[in-house]
Amino acid sequence: MTTIKEILSRFQEIASNPDNRLQGYIKDGKKVIGCFPYYVPEELVSAADMVPFGIWGAEGTISAAKEYFAAFYCTIAQMNLEMGLTGKLKGLSGVIVPSLCDTLRPLSQNFRVAVPDIPFIFVAHPQNRKKEFGVQYTVDIYGKIKKQLEAIAGHKITDEKLTAAIDVYNQSRAARRTFVRLAGEHPEAVTPAERSAVLKSSFFMTKQEHTVMVNELNELLMALPNSDWQGIRIFTSGILADNKNLLGILEENNLAVAADDVAAESRGIRVDVPKHPDPLYALALQFGEQDHDPLLHDPELNNRPEYIIKQIRSCNAKGVVILMMQFCDPEEMEYPDLKKALEQEAIPHIIIGVDQQMRDFAQARTQIQAFADVLSMA
Amino acid sequence: MEQEEKKAAKIMLREVVDQVYQEAWDAKKRGEPVGWSSSKFPAEIAETLGLKVCYPENQAAAVAAKHGGQRMCEAAEGMGYSNDICAYARISLAYAAGEEAEEKPMPQPDFLLCCNNICNCMTKWYENIARMHNIPLIMFDIPYNNETEVSEESVAYLKGQFYDVIGQLEAISSRKWDEERFEEVCKNSNRTAKAWLKACSYCQYEPSPLSGFDLFNHMADVVTARCKPETAEAFEALAEEYEQAVKDGTSTWRYDENYRIMFEGIPCWPVLRTLFTPLKNKGINTTAVVYAPAFGFVFNNLEEMMKAYYKAPNSVCLETGVKWREGICRENKVDGVLVHYNRSCKPWSGYMPEMERRFRKDLGIPVVGFDGDQADPRNFSEAQYTTRVDGLFELMEENKKGRGSV
Repeated sequence: MTTIKEILSRFQEIASNPDNRLQGYIKDGKKVIGCFPYYVPEELVSAADMVPFGIWGAEGTISAAKEYFAAFYCTIAQMNLEMGLTGKLKGLSGVIVPSLCDTLRPLSQNFRVAVPDIPFIFVAHPQNRKKEFGVQYTVDIYGKIKKQLEAIAGHKITDEKLTAAIDVYNQSRAARRTFVRLAGEHPEAVTPAERSAVLKSSFFMTKQEHTVMVNELNELLMALPNSDWQGIRIFTSGILADNKNLLGILEENNLAVAADDVAAESRGIRVDVPKHPDPLYALALQFGEQDHDPLLHDPELNNRPEYIIKQIRSCNAKGVVILMMQFCDPEEMEYPDLKKALEQEAIPHIIIGVDQQMRDFAQARTQIQAFADVLSMA
Repeated sequence: MEQEEKKAAKIMLREVVDQVYQEAWDAKKRGEPVGWSSSKFPAEIAETLGLKVCYPENQAAAVAAKHGGQRMCEAAEGMGYSNDICAYARISLAYAAGEEAEEKPMPQPDFLLCCNNICNCMTKWYENIARMHNIPLIMFDIPYNNETEVSEESVAYLKGQFYDVIGQLEAISSRKWDEERFEEVCKNSNRTAKAWLKACSYCQYEPSPLSGFDLFNHMADVVTARCKPETAEAFEALAEEYEQAVKDGTSTWRYDENYRIMFEGIPCWPVLRTLFTPLKNKGINTTAVVYAPAFGFVFNNLEEMMKAYYKAPNSVCLETGVKWREGICRENKVDGVLVHYNRSCKPWSGYMPEMERRFRKDLGIPVVGFDGDQADPRNFSEAQYTTRVDGLFELMEENKKGRGSV
């Protein structure tokens, strides 16, 4: 019988080797579409029988991309361009590039002109996404993406195919949400790094394949007895939380991730696509319902801090680790109000600056150790 | 009777901006709601409804020019805002939170008009202020455009928002929308835009009757008061003065004009004099600035108005941005380009390395960049700037021996 550790090890293998996955799909004759952050309607790619592949930077060194960006840009954007310039994305049949932040705007242009061999699909999501004119605009721009994908795939995306893809994605989101809950309940079985690998690997697999594995894991986790783990549960927030060194330091300090507000983890799986006779319209409605994200306009103004406090309370986390992506101004802009809300609720937090070129973890280690001490005394 | 002496255009322009802020103070005193608006929010809507509005970007630039930028930025950092965030935003957030700014005081807001055609930072900046004051935020979303034309669906999205914003502002102002008044306001706005573009166009003369840095100063009017007839009149007077200066052979640039350059980006307001010094010493006049086309909102109907607002320096695609700039470089016969890598402005600075390459290739002129900031003086090095200007001067000298200007 497959054990939890065996499945987790497979996830880690996949999450650590996106290149292998990419080349594997290409070798199998699949067309692969790179999906940049944030909120790419991957269902359209899947409905075109192509493989959506998450491209959220990579740990490494920025060199060629310096010809396009000064140093003060988020490394996800710089690394995506670096990978394009150095041939690491060769074989992609296209990329979908959103423009929801001030770094993605120039990235979209730089990538389009610097990597001309990869067909480029642009997305400008609406911020007034909830009212009818916003939903209609989303329908219109998703319709354009659909056409561009059809041209790459060489065939039409039918409503039936899209409806089926939406089902696949709703199942995937549900399975991942269940996993997040179970991983929070069972830190004795899932380390922070393993948790990250399960979620991250969804970028590099078809959701059909990923969901089968996640469901298998979830069943095993559900069969576990109630956890008597003695460490401290924390809540994470940020754009990425996949750095193995940092996650290792959390584990060393007996900290487990109970739940998260991380763009590459839970932010993307909170909202399912609702039922609607027109599947494209359904996708637009889903985007309209996305909330609690620094990348998105908050028409209610206070939604996010309130939502996060609720999430922290419901997963019984004792503190929050904010992984602040360097030079990410949407996250930086929302920090003071998040900080205020956490302080009002007497929830301790630390903020750790991170990027994908991080080599020195001494300061982060000291911060996390001190934080663990504070939480253990609380 | 002795004829009244004609008022200088720059006095008229200053009075217009002063009036905008005075009207806001007066409205506040009367208990009327006062708004804060981003510079490229469709100003015609609030003006039609008689709402008084102030402009945080204009305030931040004024505070920075009067050396209050660092103090205000540090105050915002003390509130938890990272020093990575745009310095205009930091100044504005500090002011909104109650930090005094004697350099350019303005009434605190009762509502906010946010349009993100300039940048996405604007959205969170205004949301933060809305939370501080618990006031309504009216969001006019103009997504980034990857194409050279504005698509039909984009126009439809903006029209939907236009009517929605009117409804929200009718409620705030307790006034009904008046289509005739709107047409009159649009007429004023167009007249201002045309007069602004005309005044900017005098940079094409050799020697230029003005320094492009004058345009940075006059921008305050086009930002804060483009819907008022007084603004159009002031810009028309400015254009007349330039016309006369061309005839008289005079200029507001009182130094040699050995070379002409485009200054790319927002100036470093806290160190304007420092920016000026090496240019004046070397006889380098700025005859092209990107703001000239950026505020030329000329339109004949609602559809064209929506398309006009789609065009801001950071909302157009690379090709359109290059075309704008190369157009003004050619019209204004520049010999080189000085690029401000503005630490405050990620979208703007993020296009510049590729644009630099295109300018060099398409125009055959030297391009040199320097690091700075629109409002936080800590991000500027005088030594680096002076060296870069010297370098540009040498390259222009070499180029002159070869090809000449564009």
